[in-house]
Amino acid sequence: MAGARDIKNKIRSVQNTQKITRAMEMVAASKMRKAQDRMAAARPYAEKMRNVIAHVSAASLEYRHPFLVEREMKRAGIIVVSSDRGLCGGLNNNLFRMLIRQMDEWRAQGVEQDFCIIGNKGASFFARFGVNLVGQATHVGDAPAVDTLFGVIKVVLDAYTSGRVDRVFMIYNQFVNSMTQRPVIEQLLPRESSQEEEVGHYWDYIYEPDSKAVLDIMMTRYIESLIYQAVVENAASEQAARMVAMKAASDNAGGLIDELVLAYNKARQASITQELSEIVGGAAAL
Amino acid sequence: MATIRLDVVSAERELFSGECEMIFAPASMGEVGIAPRHAPLLTTLKPGEVRARLPGGEEESFYVSGGILEVQPHVVTVLSDTGQRAADLDEAAALEAQAAAERALADKQSAIDEARARAELIQAAAQLRAIRRQRGR
Repeated sequence: MAGARDIKNKIRSVQNTQKITRAMEMVAASKMRKAQDRMAAARPYAEKMRNVIAHVSAASLEYRHPFLVEREMKRAGIIVVSSDRGLCGGLNNNLFRMLIRQMDEWRAQGVEQDFCIIGNKGASFFARFGVNLVGQATHVGDAPAVDTLFGVIKVVLDAYTSGRVDRVFMIYNQFVNSMTQRPVIEQLLPRESSQEEEVGHYWDYIYEPDSKAVLDIMMTRYIESLIYQAVVENAASEQAARMVAMKAASDNAGGLIDELVLAYNKARQASITQELSEIVGGAAAL
Repeated sequence: MATIRLDVVSAERELFSGECEMIFAPASMGEVGIAPRHAPLLTTLKPGEVRARLPGGEEESFYVSGGILEVQPHVVTVLSDTGQRAADLDEAAALEAQAAAERALADKQSAIDEARARAELIQAAAQLRAIRRQRGR
């Protein structure tokens, strides 16, 4: 019965693993729902901002905000949004793979790169990758607060304003639905100014103190809200990916248990048969 | 009495949305009061209290640590800042982010090369593919 007992132990250990993965799956599902709510809550701010910026930049034509002016790209700033924790399938790896392809492309064009990293996974990956790291924010948590991102954002915006980098990109996982998350690279700066929506009659705001000061602040806040939105979306993607990965793990464990139970029964049967034939053989010898 | 719509939003969530009779806000150049059909106005806000008088005489108030106020004749939007914002606080946060990056760079062993990281990534991708194949089997 030695073989059968081994198998039984194995079954027990797989069952324990399955319990854990199933619990993680459920935790991820509930966290995902919360993250989705957070995504929805962050949307009105960015939308309002976009509307007002479109109007202000259309109204004050004499002042071109630096965030809207195209420059030749010699150095790019890249904000990488990754998850803090693993066990979420290929989420981070897919993101890094896409980024590395893009980096190779830039390198071929002679574009230098500065990196700002959000999230532990990205930090540990790029620490070994030998990139020019200028800023980093880790332990963002499940409910990212804007406060934790101020530092990175300012580093990037300062680099852009001072002319050190000519373009700023952001890479993160877009939350399509709970089954699909897609890594995307988005250009943050310069922002394409929107020329659409010709207003029927001309009107303008009263500005206090003046349009330039207001526009300056708005642009900064707008970029901040875009980055925040990406971080929240990445967090939702993380939970969704974890949920799917853990579901697959639970299913696999179930399959494994079935196989092991079959093997256990066979081993038991074999030992009984053997004992019987030994008894019969012994009786015949007498 | 005529009312005006007020939306108070911050980057993290929507704080208030509804009809008001009158709104008071701490604009950067002095407190402003906004009644329905106010002229379009765009201004920055100081830290302070945004008060809204609701139909029926009740009052709602929100603390904002700064932000932007947009006024159109029938709708007022307060884009509130989140957390404490001040130039020197932002500066400190930026320095912290940079310091974190420098620490991370100092931590890595100098000899570790890109090739190894790349190899690991390729391996991970291959593993993932294998797992998928197995699952599809």
